[in-house]
Amino acid sequence: MADIDIRSVRKAYGKNQVVHGVDLSIRSGEFVVVLGPSGCGKSTLLRMIAGLEAITAGEIAIAGDVVNNLEPRERGCAMVFQNYALYPHMTVAENIGYGLKVAGLSKPERTARVETVAKSLGLSEYLDRKPGQLSGGQRQRVAMGRAMIREPKVFLFDEPLSNLDAKLRVQMRIEIRKLHNRLGTTSVFVTHDQVEAMTLADRVVVMNGGHIEQVGTPEEIYRNPASRFVAGFIGSPPMNLFDGRVTGPGEVQAHGIVLSVPHAGLKPGRPVTIGIRPEEVVLGAAGSNVASIDVDFSEELGSVRLLHGQVAGADFVIQVPATTAGPKIGRFSFEVPARAVHLFDAETGNRIGTAASGARAAA
Amino acid sequence: MIERTPVLNLVTHAVLFIGLAIAFVPMWLVFVAATLSLQEINTPPISLLPGSHLWENLAEAWTRADLGVKLTNSLIMSVAVAAGKIALASITAFALVFFRFPGRMTAFWLIFITLMLPLEVRIVPTYAVAANVFSPYQTILDVTGLSWLWQQLTGAELALEWNLLNSYTGLVLPLVATATGTFLYRQFFLTVPEELMEAAKMDGAGPMRFFREILMPLSITNMAALFTIMFIYAWNQYLWPLLITTDRTHRGTAVMALRQLIPMSGDSTGGGVPDWNVAMAGCLIVVAPALLVVALMQRFFVRGLIASDK
Amino acid sequence: MDRRAVYKTAWIGSLLLAPQLLLVFTFFYWPTGAALFWAFTLERPWGGGNEFAGLDNFRMVFSDTAYWGAVWRSMVFALGSTALAMGLALLFALFCDRQLRGYKAYQTMLIWPYAVAAPAAGVAFRFLFAPEAGIFAALNKIHPEFWNPSINGIHAMILIVVAYSWKYLAYNFIFFLAALQSIPRALVEASAMDGSGPLRRMWDIQLPLLAPTLFFLLVINITDSFVDSFGIIDLTTGGGPSKATTLMVYKIYFDGFKGLDYSGAAAQSIVLMLLVMGLTFVQFRFIERRVHYR
Repeated sequence: MADIDIRSVRKAYGKNQVVHGVDLSIRSGEFVVVLGPSGCGKSTLLRMIAGLEAITAGEIAIAGDVVNNLEPRERGCAMVFQNYALYPHMTVAENIGYGLKVAGLSKPERTARVETVAKSLGLSEYLDRKPGQLSGGQRQRVAMGRAMIREPKVFLFDEPLSNLDAKLRVQMRIEIRKLHNRLGTTSVFVTHDQVEAMTLADRVVVMNGGHIEQVGTPEEIYRNPASRFVAGFIGSPPMNLFDGRVTGPGEVQAHGIVLSVPHAGLKPGRPVTIGIRPEEVVLGAAGSNVASIDVDFSEELGSVRLLHGQVAGADFVIQVPATTAGPKIGRFSFEVPARAVHLFDAETGNRIGTAASGARAAA
Repeated sequence: MIERTPVLNLVTHAVLFIGLAIAFVPMWLVFVAATLSLQEINTPPISLLPGSHLWENLAEAWTRADLGVKLTNSLIMSVAVAAGKIALASITAFALVFFRFPGRMTAFWLIFITLMLPLEVRIVPTYAVAANVFSPYQTILDVTGLSWLWQQLTGAELALEWNLLNSYTGLVLPLVATATGTFLYRQFFLTVPEELMEAAKMDGAGPMRFFREILMPLSITNMAALFTIMFIYAWNQYLWPLLITTDRTHRGTAVMALRQLIPMSGDSTGGGVPDWNVAMAGCLIVVAPALLVVALMQRFFVRGLIASDK
Repeated sequence: MDRRAVYKTAWIGSLLLAPQLLLVFTFFYWPTGAALFWAFTLERPWGGGNEFAGLDNFRMVFSDTAYWGAVWRSMVFALGSTALAMGLALLFALFCDRQLRGYKAYQTMLIWPYAVAAPAAGVAFRFLFAPEAGIFAALNKIHPEFWNPSINGIHAMILIVVAYSWKYLAYNFIFFLAALQSIPRALVEASAMDGSGPLRRMWDIQLPLLAPTLFFLLVINITDSFVDSFGIIDLTTGGGPSKATTLMVYKIYFDGFKGLDYSGAAAQSIVLMLLVMGLTFVQFRFIERRVHYR
């Protein structure tokens, strides 16, 4: 077990910079998920930790030692690859044990350890098979076994679940988290899937365009997105975002709809981006902050229903319980609770804090 | 697909049958000829059914062209060329695909330009090099004045010589020294997922270990394909062995031995009509090993041909 | 082709490249350079000095009517054999790809001739077309000299074209069939759903998609006909009768090794090299375009 310190790390291929100065501390035993769209630099960051990619500038330290110039095998990391990267000509047992063989362990010792690991992953029956004869989930387990057997200081996961079908993905997600709970090894997990990030992580790192947008627990990231990007990226269906401006103290306006908000110290006339989560509005007109939506399409998702339509000409989505009675298409009034309004600076995209949450977001 | 095209199907079968005949009939007639007596074969019309003299014709061809020695030579040459190609091509392609270092692209082009000019068009000077493999280096040393320096220092004249005429090395090396297999191996290595190499790195295996324990076992099919096409290529060589082996009795190859069964205008046999039955029997013996290899390894043969794009 | 995962240990990489570079230098670059050197100098075959001759050797070669005869015959041979070998191969491949009952057997048999050594094919066809014993022997009985490649130059040329095409028919067939099989079935099926019959699909879908292969094979066939014809000629006609089948490669061999005219042979080699390189260059450029096409 080890902590990882990433200090002002940059990566450039020639003139093309893909990671722009990333700072991140990962505590020993923590499960950190790096989340972002494709091309945001998250895999590159992971591969720099692994030693598969040279670091252009900055430092990475594992357990206090700077590893910039160490080879992958000297860093004590193990990695699970997106396509598993199992050696197709070796059996499951040989695949799992290959790292030990390279390290020069004797055959009986290897066999014993392979068997232990295989047993813990439910692979004992498959040890003599080749990867080609295994299902996706079994291959995934072999890849995990290969990482586990060396008892590494750090586990690195590069989108390991993206090649599995939906059902298996959920199952493996749970297995990975259980494994972590059992072993407690520091883990860095890269994905573009927000559900994976939310369910697996102790802390989520949201990356975009080579920068870290926000670091926080899944709840923090969902409740108080630090930027317009995070707000739009986290949550399904995504947050409704539209442009507006401040019209008075504690009041913003967009498309002729006036919303009162708890934010303090807003300058009138300041352009802002207003964000409202589809699941946080309340159908039916009551109180203030009322608007109406013209719903032209509704989507049943089983437990919930999504209403797609326009609010004063802008696209808007509302989520209501599937049990909601009444018509599904037409004009509805709804209320936006003041605490459910997120504000972002129109220019920088940064969150504008409320009196209550401001302190936390800054920390 | 469900399709009712009886007329076209008939035409298709007819056309393919003609194709089959074109491929097969010449081979059949050669076989028939090898079973006839000299008198039978020179009596037109050409016979379509085999006679009873196959074994004596084969035996006659075998002794007349000394095929035992020739087949052995051909076998040695073909296996050596194929094995040499595999060894050379795999390590070269490994360096080209999996390494990055200055000069790599230059080396890449130096090697691949050789695909442009087959041995046949530069046959005369290649022969001169084979007469003394060190002649290029001797010339370089002479021109740069290094051999003069050597002579001044040691008092002995610097004369490098390594004659390849009439040697297996001479038969094999120039045939190995091209980029055909390198190209094939490079294509294969480019399809190996990068993660495999990264996984090996994470497992702590260095480059040579990765090459030996991961890449080589993975390229077995590739190896078989390359082996097959290079074996056939070497077995069927004619011009180069003809030049390099002046001692035809001991170093000649099987394909060259056909010359001894066919009177050549200008040769000591002086032209005239050959003993066709013996000549065809010899032809069968010479062609049989190559045909056998292709028949057994057809899948690899086709794959190798197509992947190497020659 | 830029890979992100690589080794950067330069000395291992260079060491791995060394054997091939050494071989290529010794048996390719040096001989090619030597050919250039000889082509521009006049040399005594076995030792003796050599003097710079400028373009004299080329002038000599180009003013020789025998050389132009060889060039002309090489062209005839190239066009004849390429047309025959490619045309038939394409026809057979298209029909074989319909995958009617038994197509596997046709497929297997049509590949075999390529395994037969060119000289052996030459000897076999020499027998099949022999005036006294082959398939035309009966006709010769009725009408003497109806067919005799050992006297008639045109007959001799037909003989080597047929023998050579027989072998390359198999080669072309392999490539055409592979190219046809790599056309996604869905395309052919879509065309069938659009209402086109098998022949129409061949014409509208398969042939246009074969264009890259056609072009590739065209270049390969022409190039090979220049360089790969030696074995067939040597054992079939010996360049005769009266040089009617002396093609460019055969003339180089003959002038260089029998006539011991190294300079002349070298000059001829250079011309042939330029020809082959020109063709290959066209092909390389084309292959680059093919990448875009995909």
